[in-house]
Formats: sequence, structure tokens, C-alpha cells
Amino acid sequence: MNAPNQSGWKPSAPVSHDGAHEGPETVTGNRALMLEEPLIFEIATPDTTGVDLPQPADDISSRLGGLKRDQAIGLPGLSEPETVRHYTRLSRQNYAIDLGLFPLGSCTMKHNPRLNEKVARMPGFADVHPLQPVDTVRGALEVMNELAHWLITLTGMHGVAMSPKAGAHGELCGILCIRAALEARGDARKVVLVPESAHGTNPATAAFAGYEVEDIPATKDGRVDLEALKARLGPDVAGVMITNPNTCGLFERDMKAISDAVHEAGGFVYCDGANFNAIVGKVRPGDLGVDAMHINLHKTFSTPHGGGGPGSGPVVLSEALSPFAPLPYTARTKDGQVHLIEEEGANAFSNEHFGGSMQSFGRMTAFHGQMGMFTRALTYILSHGADGLKQVAEDAVLNANYVLRACEDVLFAPFADSGPCMHEALFGDKNFGGDLTTLDLAKGMIDEGYHPMTMYFPLVVHGAMLIEPTETESKAALDQFIMALRSVASRAKDGDESLKQSPYYAPRRRLDETQAARKPLLSWIDGDTA
Amino acid sequence: MARYFTEEHEWIDIEGDTATVGITDYAQEQLGDIVFVELPEVGSTVDKGKDAAVVESVKAASDVYAPVSGEVTEANDALEDDPALVNTSPEEDGWFFKLTLSDKSELDGLMDEKAYKSFCDGL
Amino acid sequence: MRYLPLTDTDRAEMLDVIGASTIDDLFVDVPEAARLDGPIEGLPLHASEMAVERHMRRLSKKNLAAADAPFFLGAGAYRHHVPASVDHIIQRGEFLTAYTPYQPEIAQGTLQMLFEFQTQVARLYGCAVANASMYDGSTACWEAVAMAGRVTKKKRVVLSGALHPHYAEVVRTMAKFTEDEIAGAAPALQAQPDNDGLITRIDEQTSCVVVQYPDILGRLPDVAKIADAAHEKGALLIVVNTEPVALGAIKSPGELGADIVVGEGQSIGVGLNFGGPYLGLFAVRDQKHVRQMPGRLCGETTDAEGKRGFVLTLSTREQHIRREKATSNICTNSGLCALAFSVHMTLLGEKGLRALAAENHRLTCLAADRLAKVPGVTVLNDTFFNEFTILVDGDARGIVRELAEDGVLAGVALSRLFPDKEDIARGILVAVTETTSEDDIDALCSALKEKLA
Repeated sequence: MNAPNQSGWKPSAPVSHDGAHEGPETVTGNRALMLEEPLIFEIATPDTTGVDLPQPADDISSRLGGLKRDQAIGLPGLSEPETVRHYTRLSRQNYAIDLGLFPLGSCTMKHNPRLNEKVARMPGFADVHPLQPVDTVRGALEVMNELAHWLITLTGMHGVAMSPKAGAHGELCGILCIRAALEARGDARKVVLVPESAHGTNPATAAFAGYEVEDIPATKDGRVDLEALKARLGPDVAGVMITNPNTCGLFERDMKAISDAVHEAGGFVYCDGANFNAIVGKVRPGDLGVDAMHINLHKTFSTPHGGGGPGSGPVVLSEALSPFAPLPYTARTKDGQVHLIEEEGANAFSNEHFGGSMQSFGRMTAFHGQMGMFTRALTYILSHGADGLKQVAEDAVLNANYVLRACEDVLFAPFADSGPCMHEALFGDKNFGGDLTTLDLAKGMIDEGYHPMTMYFPLVVHGAMLIEPTETESKAALDQFIMALRSVASRAKDGDESLKQSPYYAPRRRLDETQAARKPLLSWIDGDTA
Repeated sequence: MARYFTEEHEWIDIEGDTATVGITDYAQEQLGDIVFVELPEVGSTVDKGKDAAVVESVKAASDVYAPVSGEVTEANDALEDDPALVNTSPEEDGWFFKLTLSDKSELDGLMDEKAYKSFCDGL
Repeated sequence: MRYLPLTDTDRAEMLDVIGASTIDDLFVDVPEAARLDGPIEGLPLHASEMAVERHMRRLSKKNLAAADAPFFLGAGAYRHHVPASVDHIIQRGEFLTAYTPYQPEIAQGTLQMLFEFQTQVARLYGCAVANASMYDGSTACWEAVAMAGRVTKKKRVVLSGALHPHYAEVVRTMAKFTEDEIAGAAPALQAQPDNDGLITRIDEQTSCVVVQYPDILGRLPDVAKIADAAHEKGALLIVVNTEPVALGAIKSPGELGADIVVGEGQSIGVGLNFGGPYLGLFAVRDQKHVRQMPGRLCGETTDAEGKRGFVLTLSTREQHIRREKATSNICTNSGLCALAFSVHMTLLGEKGLRALAAENHRLTCLAADRLAKVPGVTVLNDTFFNEFTILVDGDARGIVRELAEDGVLAGVALSRLFPDKEDIARGILVAVTETTSEDDIDALCSALKEKLA
């Protein structure tokens, strides 16, 4: 078999524990403001509803053919007050940026300004159908175009595909542009090179686009090994996928040389833009030879993560790749009008305004992309302006280096000697005592009131802990976080076994993930009393 | 009966033309609690060094390579209901599959128990 | 800058701790030639909350909001009333500003909601298991096609001609790169879906058949018959639904034999948003297929004290663990839209969803009957739920545009969806929901009457 469990992440069934809480048991299971909440299936009835609708008449004429539903669906209903209370109670069992520092490396959990939310809900944006006649949605197209202009200018690129729905979808868009460009010149290449430290989405994307994936070797200081990469390049390599700054939190110093080498070998450079927050306004990826890069609007440009989505992943493209972008796209022509180019008329438009026929590789999604994210991101960008965005990168990098230097004596920092980090600080579990693991430290941080850092990623560092404080944090907030991290790290170093049972104070103790995976219960079954 | 080991932490028992394959105690220890094992179909052929099965813990999925080539004659159905057998009895009840050897010379170069133990000690 | 808490004094102190003299010392690894000295030229500088809001409001005013006109657009995105409490709940910071629930002890709110959501979707679709969401209906459709290939190990995909053309185009685009063979067809403008024509295209090499229910013209195909035909050839049936409200009135796809059911969930809780973010729904009828599913799954378990809790599970299917062998490259999904769906569905409940569906259908029947009386208008469909196709004597696209100038958003001209098909130029897709008033219907009838006279 291949290297078993490279990351070292090995959760096991939790040790049962008693006596953590002083004080008597309560009959409800509640602990003051810590409220237990049943499932809707346990508290609702099929006859209750929280909306007022006319009761259907029995004798209405029906055009449903023979397909009228005759079985119950099994949907529980609650009145409005019960609904509000159910979800409000649930919400209180979540950690969130609004509650505190959220140091997830590679995820850029920054403050989500509420002006963005207000703007996205303006009826002219929220209550508009994607297929309305174009003359009734000029403002929406202008938002897309204005945002596109910012993204192109901030990255020094040529064009941008706005429709991808999230980062991974953007990666796919970029790789498909590369494949389309290669095929257009009759060059069927088979391999995409991806460093081992990459996000899992990179190799998954390349495989989905029909490529074989090979590793790019890394140097000891956590960067791409330029010489080894050059040695591997050849006529079978379609391109490379590189994250810059990389997932070890380091800037790829040789990025330009990497791009030059890849181009010389006839390939293209895809840059994973997940870490753009570190360099926005400081350096343009286009100046480093990048051909395609997705931008996570839900990271760098503060659209909320929403417990897992939605995101938005526009892809900026070099001049060589721009003609292959997916439909639809918006373009401003010399008359100053913004046009929406869909399948219809794409060729004619392209011939008239871009001097050549349309070479789009196709369509990635219905309609035009994540409008609700475009309005939020543009609002954020206009608030910061060119000067503010540069300050964002500088503060994000400053905060990460502050954490790195304040903790490198208690936590193993594998690349501390490689110079400054960018916007995230990477640590490993090397000096932990006893059988304590990264998981134990992470759960210990929960008891201190923090969401843990990204654990066990990147794979190139055993028991990795990747900390990205973002520019959102004040010095006081960082100082308190550092105090907590140093304390838990010292306990881990000393082999403090009590960490093995943390968290003690969260709404739940450690959950049995083994049981969940061995006997998956993925849907509520009535009468179930687990 | 002879037992061989690979550097990829598989064991192989040979009885006549039949080989029984599983993963070693060291491997299950590294993986942690096993939650799922995907086994090859009976009747399919596997090639030495190529993917033959997948073993999954909560946070890792590892490909198990065929240590020798041959036709799969039996898969351990007990693992479907009770993947934990790989943890509790990796080198006996938690076997993965049996195959008919197509080339006995492929056994050359595999380790015996002693050699495998010192291989693991060196990791 | 109002979003940046560090002061210059803080910055100086922190640089001191780090041992750097200027901020640029931290950017030494960026080649000097590429480093930008000042703000990028030609871009505006920071602006106050008031100024930004003013700018954005000005842009929003250039759009005609659906609420401000008689409105009949559908084609995969529907205007429904979303209760005010839905938007209130999704704006709670604990939901809005949380991350993917990878640390379950402090994410039970999101996880329990996802478990409830998965169950609601599974039941609505008549399936065993639904996942925690995809980007939207069209990408969920492609993921289902890819999954069918993994399950059946076959490469030929049969698409119904009456599948939403954007969905079909997404499948075709992706298939170019995965080398799946796509057998598509153009829709025929007829009163009934061509069930038999679809069935004759299924063969032994077919991995899956993709059929939309109700279809792009609003008609109701014979899903059970198509399911039998697909299963006979060893193919999976994928049913696509773009209007979940319909399933309050018609039989579920699972009940009719679909193996994988995917769809757009936007109608419940999400709003039009000019096309996104929306909510991809994905479910399988038989739990045995669960390990081939894409996307996140939330499952029930217990904690160390024996209390019930929820975790993301079966993660070895996903890219962050399985990398190039993952079932999909999806990571971020539509979590907050799933919450909106779940809250709205909880408010509706069985009773509310059925009443909502009945009200949609009642008004749609009424609209079809009134439009049929307009000279120059023919209603195409024999069957429909809340959307149907009309044929007009004239260029439908031009008429829709002209009516928009007069303040009536009349529907989606079929030529907008099927640009290469000339025989479709007379068709308009008309959707009617509970938000449509009888006055709106009359306004549409008189506007068409005037235009076609």
C-alpha cells in the first residue's frame, strides 16, 4: 500500500469521561445558556405550518397528468416563533468570526462587513431574474464589469471568467482553458504537475479535467524545487498548478523563473489564488508569468463563508488563455456599453469587437455566476480602495509573522529559518510530549475559546498546524490568542494527558467519527432514538 | 505455508497456488480505526504493484497494491459489516482477498517476517 | 480604514517583536522588480460606507426588480415569497460567518441544520440520502452524470431533449474533457414530452439517462416508464428537478424509479439573485450508492459523554483526503443557501408546501386558460405544474423585449435558451407562482393582445 496516513491525522473513538462539570445534573440537559435543541423531526408535526396560504380546494382543475402526489412527503412543520427559536438555539452552538479570531490557515476567515449584506439585498440586485431582457438589468451587468475591471487590474491579467461558483470550480475553469488552448494548437498533453503541499482540490481538478497528476518536488525550505521541476518539464506536460504564496505560508521566490521554464516547454501556469490575501495590492500575479488564477471572493474579498458556502471563484486569465473563457461573459465595448455575451451571437460579437471568432470551451454553470457574491465583493473592494487593499495584505502578513515569532520557541516551526512567512504561520507536532497530537492541541484551543487552526495540512509537515490570523485582528486580540496558544502548546510539549479529553467546555465533547463512518446515519428515520 | 511481506506493509500467505493478502499490524496501527475496505471483485485480475483494494480510516484512504499478480478467487465479505476486523485481527481474520498466483517468481524479493520487522524498525 | 484595527503604533511594536524594520522586510521574498510601491494607479482609493452605498444603490436602480412589474420568468429560477424570518436567521453571525464545520464540537448548529436539510431533501425527492448541497442544479447535474459513470463503468450519456439547455451545455462541456459520449437531442415543440423517442436512444452502453421533471417546456414526462427502460439496459436514471415546489403536488422522482435525483433548490428560501448563489440538491434513492456520491455528508454519532451529535462523515470520498481520486473536486458548497432552504421548508412543513404547490398550480391553470383566449396565442402543453409554453404569432424574443419596455416581464423567449433552433422562435416560457396576482395575469393578457393585434 502507499504511505499509510501521511498526514498523521488519526482520530480514534473518544475516551469516555466523567466528573468534568461540577454542580448537579439538570433535568433538561441544559446548562443555563447552553441549550440542548432537538431535531425538527422530534418537535414538529405535519399539520403545523409557519406560513399563511389559502387552503387548496379539492375540485381545482389539474393539469398534472396522472402524476398527482398521493403519498405523504414526511416534512415537519413549525410555526414562526418555534422556527426562529429552533434556529437561534442551533446558531448558538456554532463558533463564528463574529465571536472571535478564526485562525484557519488557507481559509482567510476575515470580518464580513454588514454593508455588503445590505447592498446584496437591494431589490435591484436580489430580486432580478437572470434571463430578464438585458435592458432591464444594465446595473447588474455594470456590477459584473466593474468587479471584473478591479480583478484584472489587481492581478495584472488580461481577462476574467466570472461564472465559476467557488474556488475549485474556478480551478476547473482555468485548467479547462489551458486544455482548450493546447487542443486549439493541436497539442494533446497528458500531465499536470502539482506540488505535494497543494490543496486537495488541485489534483482533484486536474484529474476531473482528464489529466494525469504528478508531484512537483519541494526543497527543504518549503518551496518548489526549480531545478527538479525543469528536469521534469517536457512535451507531455500541459502545465503546473502552483499556490503562491504556497500552503507552507511562503512566497515562491522563483515564481517568474518557474513560469518562464514552463512557458519555454510549451506549458501553462495555473496559480491557486486561495492565498491572494497576502499579496493583494503588493504584487500582480500577471507580472510573474501566471496564465490563470482563481480568486476566492469568499476569502480575499470577504463574502461570508456561511458555514461552508456559497463562494465565488472568478478566474483571471492571460492574453493567451482569454479567448477560451467559458460563456457567458460580460464585455465593455468602445461605445461604453456593457454587453452580456451568451451562446447566441458570441461568434458575431467576437468577430466584431475582438477580431476573431469565439473559442470558448463551453459553459460551466447555468446563468451568469454568483451575482450575490459579486455585489458583496465589489462593495468590499470599493470600501478599501487601492490603498486599503494594499494595507490589508500588509496587515495580514504582519499579523502572521507576529504569531510565528511569538510562538516559535514553544511550537516546532519547520520553516522559521526560511525567512518571513506570508499571511499564515506553519507549525508541526515534532516536539509534543507523550502521545499527544495536533488534534489534542486543537481541541485544547477550543476550551480556550478559539476555533482551532487548520490541522494536518499541508501534508508535507507532520501534524501540521496552519495559522492565518488575517488583518481583521487587533494587536490585543492577537496577544490574547498567542497567550492561549503558548499555554496549550506548553501543555502539549509537557505531555499533559488532560488534553486528550479536551474540549471540556464546548456544546459537545469529542465526537465519535469512527462510529459515524462505519455505520453512516445520514438521514433521520422516524422513531429513531439514537 | 509461507508468509511474505512487502515494503508497502502487505502480507501474503502462500498455500500451493493460492495467495491470501492482507495489511500488516504496523499498517493498521498507522491508519487508526478502519471504517471501510473496498475489495476487488471476485474473478477480476490484479497486477503486481497496481491498485487492488482501498482501506479507509476516518481521515485517510490508502490504496493497497497487489503484492503479486493473479486472479481474485475470494474477497473477505466479513469486512463489509465489520471493517474493525482489520484493526483487531489484521494478520488473520482481517485478511482482504485471495488470488490464484499467475507467476510464482514474483515472490522473489519479498521479505520474510524477520526482514519485515527490521524494515519497520528502520522507519 | 474602518475594517482594519491595527494602529501605526501597533504596527511599529509588532515589527519590533518580529525583528523587522519595515513592512517591506516581510515581503523580501517577492522579487523587487515585481513589488508595487504604492496603490495601483488608475484605481480609486478607499471610500466611506455612505459613499459606497450610494454608488451601489445607483447601480441597483438601473435594474428592473421583479416586484416592480408583472413577472412571469422561470426556466430554472423562480420567484417565490420568502418569509422574513428566513433572511433574519441566515444573517445571524453564528451561521453567516462560520466556516465549514470541520471542528464538530463547536459547529453543532451548522451540522444539525445540515442533517435536517439532508433529511428534508431526501424525503422531498423520495430518496434515501441527500448530500449537504452542491453549487447549483446545473453543476449537480454534471456531478450526477459523472457518478453514474463511476457506478456503471460505462461512458454513454443519454440526455433528454427537454433538459434545460444550460444544464445540457454544462454536461457537454465537461464531457469533452472526460471523454464521455453525449447523446443529446433538440426539444420538439409538442404538447407531450417524447418519452418513447428518449427510450429508443437508450442502449447497453448507456451509463445514464437524464430527464427533467417537469421539463424545460413545463411538461411532465413519464418518469416511471423511462426508469424501467433505463434499468432494463443497466443504465441509471437521473432525474433533474428545477422547481422543488412542484414536488408538493406531483409524485417524487424516487417514487417513480429515479436512481439519482438532482436539482435546483433556489425556489425555497433563496431568491432570484440574478442567477446566483443558488443551491444544488443531490440525492440517491439507494443508500448503497452513497460512497460514490460527490460533496459533503453530515452524519449522526455520539460524543464522549454519550450525547447525540453530528459530524461530517465519509470524507474519504472528498478532495481534501482523496485528492486526484476524489469523487468530485468540490469543496465550498452552498451551505448558507441550504440553511435558507431548510428554514423555509420548516416554516412550510408538509401542510404549507402542499398548499403552496396547490396555489401555484391553481394560478397557473388560470393563467393558461386566460392566455389561451388571447388571439394569436396558443398554449402548447397538455400537462404542466407552474410553468408552460405558449406560441405566439410573431417573433417571441422581440415581443418579450417590447413588453419589458412597457413594464411587463412576460416570460423567457425560448430562443434565448435555444439560440440555434429557428422553429422555436415563436415560443415563450411562462411561469406563474403564488407571487403572481390575477391582475398580473390580466396585464400580461392585455399586453399580448395589444402587441399581437
